[in-house]
Amino acid sequence: MTEAPLTVPQLADAGTAPPGAPAGEAPPAARSRSGPAANVWRAIGHNRKALVGIAMLAFFAVVAAFPGQIAPDDPQAEIYQPGAGPSLHHLLGTTAYGQDIFSQLVWGTRLSFVIAFAVGGLATALAVLVGVSAAYLGGLGDGILSLITDVILVIPIFPLVIVIAAYQKNAGLLTLIIVLGALGWSYGARQLRSQTLSMRTRDFLMAARVRGERKLYIILFEILPTMTSLIVAAFLGGALYAVLTAAGLQFIGLGDPNSQSWGTMLYWAENNEALGAGMPLWAIAPGVCVALLGAAFALVNYAFDEISNPALRPVRRRKSVDVER
Amino acid sequence: MSDELLRTEGLTRHFRVGRLARQQTLHAVDDVNFTIGRAEIVALVGESGSGKSTVANLLALIYRPTKGEIYFEGRPLSRVKTRRQRLAYSGDVPMVFQDPYSSLNPAYRVSHGIARGIKLHRSDLARQERGAELERVLETVGLVPAADVRRKFPHELSGGQRQRVGFAQALAFRPKLIIADEPVSMLDVSIRAGVLNLMSELRRREGVSFLYITHDVASARYIADRVLVMYAGHLVEEGPAEEVLQRPKHPYTQLLLSAVPDPQAPLGLADTTDVGEPPRVVDPKEGCRFQPRCPYAVAECGKVTPALRSIGSGRRVACHVAEADAPVAAEPAATA
Amino acid sequence: MTAERQPAERILEVRGLRVAYASDGGAVVAVDRVDLVLSRGEFLGIVGESGCGKSTLLYAISRLLSPPAAIIGGEVLFHGRDMVTLAEDELRNIRWRQLSVVMQSAMNALNPVLTVGAQMADACRAHSNMSSAEITARSREMLRLVSIDPIHLQSYPHQLSGGMRQRAMIAMALLFTPELVIMDEPTSALDVVAQRSLMVQIKELQEQLGFAVIFVTHDMSLVGHFSDRLMVMYAGQVVELGSTRQVFERPCHPYTGGLLEAFPSIHGPKVELLGIPGSPPDLARPPMGCRFSPRCPLAAERCGVVEPGQYDVEGDLVRCFRYENVDQPEAAAAAGAPGGSP
Repeated sequence: MTEAPLTVPQLADAGTAPPGAPAGEAPPAARSRSGPAANVWRAIGHNRKALVGIAMLAFFAVVAAFPGQIAPDDPQAEIYQPGAGPSLHHLLGTTAYGQDIFSQLVWGTRLSFVIAFAVGGLATALAVLVGVSAAYLGGLGDGILSLITDVILVIPIFPLVIVIAAYQKNAGLLTLIIVLGALGWSYGARQLRSQTLSMRTRDFLMAARVRGERKLYIILFEILPTMTSLIVAAFLGGALYAVLTAAGLQFIGLGDPNSQSWGTMLYWAENNEALGAGMPLWAIAPGVCVALLGAAFALVNYAFDEISNPALRPVRRRKSVDVER
Repeated sequence: MSDELLRTEGLTRHFRVGRLARQQTLHAVDDVNFTIGRAEIVALVGESGSGKSTVANLLALIYRPTKGEIYFEGRPLSRVKTRRQRLAYSGDVPMVFQDPYSSLNPAYRVSHGIARGIKLHRSDLARQERGAELERVLETVGLVPAADVRRKFPHELSGGQRQRVGFAQALAFRPKLIIADEPVSMLDVSIRAGVLNLMSELRRREGVSFLYITHDVASARYIADRVLVMYAGHLVEEGPAEEVLQRPKHPYTQLLLSAVPDPQAPLGLADTTDVGEPPRVVDPKEGCRFQPRCPYAVAECGKVTPALRSIGSGRRVACHVAEADAPVAAEPAATA
Repeated sequence: MTAERQPAERILEVRGLRVAYASDGGAVVAVDRVDLVLSRGEFLGIVGESGCGKSTLLYAISRLLSPPAAIIGGEVLFHGRDMVTLAEDELRNIRWRQLSVVMQSAMNALNPVLTVGAQMADACRAHSNMSSAEITARSREMLRLVSIDPIHLQSYPHQLSGGMRQRAMIAMALLFTPELVIMDEPTSALDVVAQRSLMVQIKELQEQLGFAVIFVTHDMSLVGHFSDRLMVMYAGQVVELGSTRQVFERPCHPYTGGLLEAFPSIHGPKVELLGIPGSPPDLARPPMGCRFSPRCPLAAERCGVVEPGQYDVEGDLVRCFRYENVDQPEAAAAAGAPGGSP
């Protein structure tokens, strides 16, 4: 009893849509290469915001990886004429201490990047652990984990971070990362929990259970792979939050003032009243960089939101060019 | 159709519903007894709320019975406790699900579920043989060329093809009984025939039994050897498929059959005054659950819950009135 | 059936309607040149499987489409006025007073946080100037008409059973006793017994109040008992349109025939079901010629190259080359249909 051999993948398929399905048929589109990874690349490629964001991230990544090539001057060296304006030697001028602002900016990229990814990673890992477990465990386990999530969610992060960081005498990089990571996972955890809950009724999870898979296996290999977009989006959101919060902490002096980062630049610039004292670039340049890096993460995040939730996708005009062959 | 494969005795499943202060008990399945033989297709027919899906979940060990027992090949399922035992049982009795759109993990190719199943249940196969087995089951369910199909993602297949993958997953375990929970109700009509025929084929060629759960009596007639009718958690009628569906004894079965639209039946408007729906059975009292809607109800129906009793020639009915009407002798004379 | 009624006027005429979706790969035509005519009090069933365009057609007729779907051609004449070109406020006059819609799933269509009474009042106020007292009286009357105790005006949708919810939706649709009620699979979420009683109810109401019905469903056998005429759709096109009796007793189009034979029956001998193997075509790239030809057991070479038109077979419109020469049916059979390809 054979059906006709398969030809080009057909999304206008023969299955009856479940009752309550959205009115109207979904526009079918043929895809010759498939799979979630390919879908993601395609979605990013089509999304202008994402492309801009990724370009910016790539730019910053290059700067963070090869600061020496771009700005050979030692950023900490106080050897130049202080308070100088922009010139050929000093593209952005010098600080009140005679340091080259451009060098500081370039070398500071690395730290901001590291913080963003480390905190993003830590927060996402915690969000996944707590959120997915809460939904899958249900009952009392869910109750306890959700309570913890909600409490942390509700606490105003910045004041709490200030209090914690103030207790640390030398708030080094590791402390900063841990503190930010340990407080920034709750939003993602809620999202992941909701998503996992909505998946509990999906038959393929039931099928996995019935064929005898262990619970841990189901969580790691059946549930998580379907939520990659959400997890990546949570990561990007965490990275964004890290960039801004870290800069803020360092600005008010709770970071290590001897470290080389944009936030520290802002701290020193503020201490020397850079804006008023004729060295505006000292304050503006790092501020702009913080904003740009944050914006980069936010832009790519939009793309992932749109991938996870087709309802957010902009309605496109008809395109005459075919998707791919 | 000779050996008994599975038997339930007094199978019961209750759920607690309601808030803390006012807890009630939902009687999803009450005192259900039936058997399934080897290479037999048994249809479990009922509307939503009848308990048929709960029976499926009980047989698949998703729930444990509140009362009663299930015997598989003579051994009680309550003794299945260790992971090994559960694995062995689910290899013998897998389940195929209703919704082709959610029964396959969208993140993986369709070979994923089958491969996992083979890994977990077919330790008799060497690693090299597993790939061949995967393709064999795909071919058995009619998905050819198997080497191409196994690399596809679920969204590249149609609903009918996805259901076939579901059957392939079940077949990979070398099962004895497949629980098919409404496998065709979400498929287009033109595709259903193919999947129904597949089930008959599998029974014929591989000797697999099926518990075919459905609300569609016509498809039950098409492939089933025996039919079980459920209403409000009770089994109300049982017998050979053709017998039950042509000469229904229980008033509910009669109602069900009269409501089925049939394009081959002569066109005309049959009057239906019944607008009732199956009850949600919460903290029920004694008495027949169909009685409020039954045109033949007598006084006893409201007081004594009718038990499922044999009325001859392999038929059983749970109805005081039907029982009273049944001939005393076991075999009916000639059937027209 | 219709013999007793006086010759009915046409209330709805659809001519050459085309609806398309904008998608990544270009425009996808979901409804392709559909014609239909509906008379007063007539019950028209539209039957087809998923992807055939029947729901899109319905929403196009009632002007409920939203981007990326749009009507790209044709007209929808309701009492002679082209609905496609009407503005929103003019449409509002027609909506619910003359034309109402019953959606597929009551749980999705009814507002879960409003009582049934509140929603009916909403509908009344949106389309008329009825006073509160009039609204309440009318609502009670409509609920009674569909056999729901008027006390349920105070109920929320989740407190009603599935069948009752659907009947409440129908009551809402009939508030202004419209001339045309469009129904999109209103029974698909119901069990077979509730389904039947709902259909009987709809038919009784129709005969009592005299409204026309367009009933969309994938279940041909369900609508076959109640409709006057039947329209079968496939891949966005109408493949057969005729009186229900004729379509059931003598289906012309191979798809209709295949569909009828795909239903297992309760009565009569047990026959092997064949179904229709294969899948409907991808509407982004419809096949050349007849859209059903890849799956048609009677397809000829020509079918895969040239698109068939609609031919009249004793009042039944069929989109199939086998009926091209209706005057000489034997000649057509001899000349036009050599051994088919599967």
